[in-house]
Amino acid sequence: MIPKLVIRRIGVGLLMLWLVSVLVFASIHVLPGDAAKLLLGHDVTPEALEGLTKELGLDRSVWTQYWDWMGGLLTGNWGDSLVSPISVGELVRMRMANTFLLAMFTMVIVAPLSVTVGIYSATRNGRPIDGGISVLTLCLSSLPGFVIGIVFIYTFSTNVLRIVPAASILDPQRSVFGQLDLLIAPTITAALMMLPYPTRMVRAAMIDVLQSDYVEMARLKGLPERTVVFRHALRNCLAPIVQALGLTLLFLLGGIIVVEAVFSFPGIGLTLVQATNQRDGPVLQTVTVLLAATCVLVNLISDLGVLALTPRMRARL
Amino acid sequence: MAEAVDFVSIGAGDHLEVLEADAAPASDETYQHRHRGFVRQALGLGRTRVGLFLVFVVVAVALVGPYVAPYDPTEFVGSPYSPPGGAARLGTDYLGRDVLSRFLSGGQTILVLGFLGTTLGVCAGTLLGLFAGYSMRMADEFIMRLVDLLLAFPSIVFSLLLITVIGPYDWVIVLVVGLSFMPYTARVVRASTIQVRESDFVKYVEATGTPTRKILVSEILPNISASLTVEFGLRLTQSVGLIAGLAYLGLGVSPPTPDWGLMIQENQIGLTSVPLAVLLPVTAIALITIGANLVTDGLGQAAAGADRSVADT
Repeated sequence: MIPKLVIRRIGVGLLMLWLVSVLVFASIHVLPGDAAKLLLGHDVTPEALEGLTKELGLDRSVWTQYWDWMGGLLTGNWGDSLVSPISVGELVRMRMANTFLLAMFTMVIVAPLSVTVGIYSATRNGRPIDGGISVLTLCLSSLPGFVIGIVFIYTFSTNVLRIVPAASILDPQRSVFGQLDLLIAPTITAALMMLPYPTRMVRAAMIDVLQSDYVEMARLKGLPERTVVFRHALRNCLAPIVQALGLTLLFLLGGIIVVEAVFSFPGIGLTLVQATNQRDGPVLQTVTVLLAATCVLVNLISDLGVLALTPRMRARL
Repeated sequence: MAEAVDFVSIGAGDHLEVLEADAAPASDETYQHRHRGFVRQALGLGRTRVGLFLVFVVVAVALVGPYVAPYDPTEFVGSPYSPPGGAARLGTDYLGRDVLSRFLSGGQTILVLGFLGTTLGVCAGTLLGLFAGYSMRMADEFIMRLVDLLLAFPSIVFSLLLITVIGPYDWVIVLVVGLSFMPYTARVVRASTIQVRESDFVKYVEATGTPTRKILVSEILPNISASLTVEFGLRLTQSVGLIAGLAYLGLGVSPPTPDWGLMIQENQIGLTSVPLAVLLPVTAIALITIGANLVTDGLGQAAAGADRSVADT
């Protein structure tokens, strides 16, 4: 028996996906200068232009094109890129896997580290080390992603030290796992970008919980501080922590675009940027909708996680 | 229950931000007192002063820079990637233009557009938030659902789209920046409005039959000014980061106009030859984002601590 809440969330998510697809499609097809002319150049014969337009299907009505695209999207036929010889589906699948790997490695670093530092900072609240960590996270969170990336490259790849490759152009012929050293730099950059937010959220949640009545009770009982923190307090922060990590993953999807651009890492973010620069409509449309779908999914999982961890909310269902 | 007011700073260029304002609704006098004293209190904090200094330095360089640059930023003064010394004091970039001149001239666009975009976003978000928070019925539900939908999606993607479709004109960049932050500001303003709405003086004014618009402007707005100021600071940091980031991705001003973000991207390849061509704009962007965030954090601490004496680190 699936709770009504979950069904409603899924419904809203699907609605949003549909809205996004319409918006994306509409904006691309409002492109001044049509795609065919862009591909062929300026001095082109009207016949050649017409031929390519027909071939690309651009002469049909906007509704037909949209319908065809949506239908194709749902059945797995994602069309052809206007610029590269590979089909959109192939391109996206390759790149999506790379981005997924990068995102996973980043979260593997960020999740434990942020929770640890957050809890540590919360237990030392008011003392200088807490203040120091707070200022550090503040500065780190102000920096744009590409600034962090460039400073990293400068320090570890090109000028100060030379221990890490400066660009992460994966060789598509070899397996990614044989080229993991190329993933070090983008992963660390993305991790640095993402660390401040969950750290601060965990810290805030923990501080909140540490001031609650049951923690005071545990302390009055004479329990050692470690038991108080890890057995009693932590359990009650889990829901906000899960929510914070879920949001971090969402932000990662956005931030990873810039990181991939800095390191030329062949992921879905770089695909988006390249498609933008080359005005490759089909790729742009599909990638945007895919990203939206991923966002909805991450949102849903995060909400479910919070729901599972909060018995109070479950009782209300 | 703990009353923790936690202003989370954001990673500029992205949209990390959640404002948890759990401060209990205080009495009427406290609102006025908070409004008057918090800027002064903020200036007393070390971090605010450091932040202000950093911001001042970078803004000075960006605004005065173009007038003291030794060369025209698009002029070729030497062979590409020549080291510092000689005609070009700090070396030349990848096309042979003077790095110092390009750096001095490259900040104006980012700062001006960032400021304008932030203003647009904060104003629009405030309007939305005020109406949503005050009306508290169908309009509120509807607006907030819409806002939540917008929030769930990485704003950078739509920024990419819009700029691609319409073109990297100044007004498009301002629009994109404003739209990115509008949902967040709306949420924050709505939360504050709901708090203020419950106070006695608002109820009194409502009872005397004052039109809604007047209530919003004369009663509610002044009392949320503290969180609004903090909002503006947060968004300004994000805007600068977003615009520089978009320029880095090639979606800012078109070459050969100098721009810090563009400069970083253009010269990234030559990082080993002429590091200054990349380091100068990177440092400038880093300093202003950190500085603005420090100031905002100081303001936030002061706004939160206005009701109680807070010993600050």
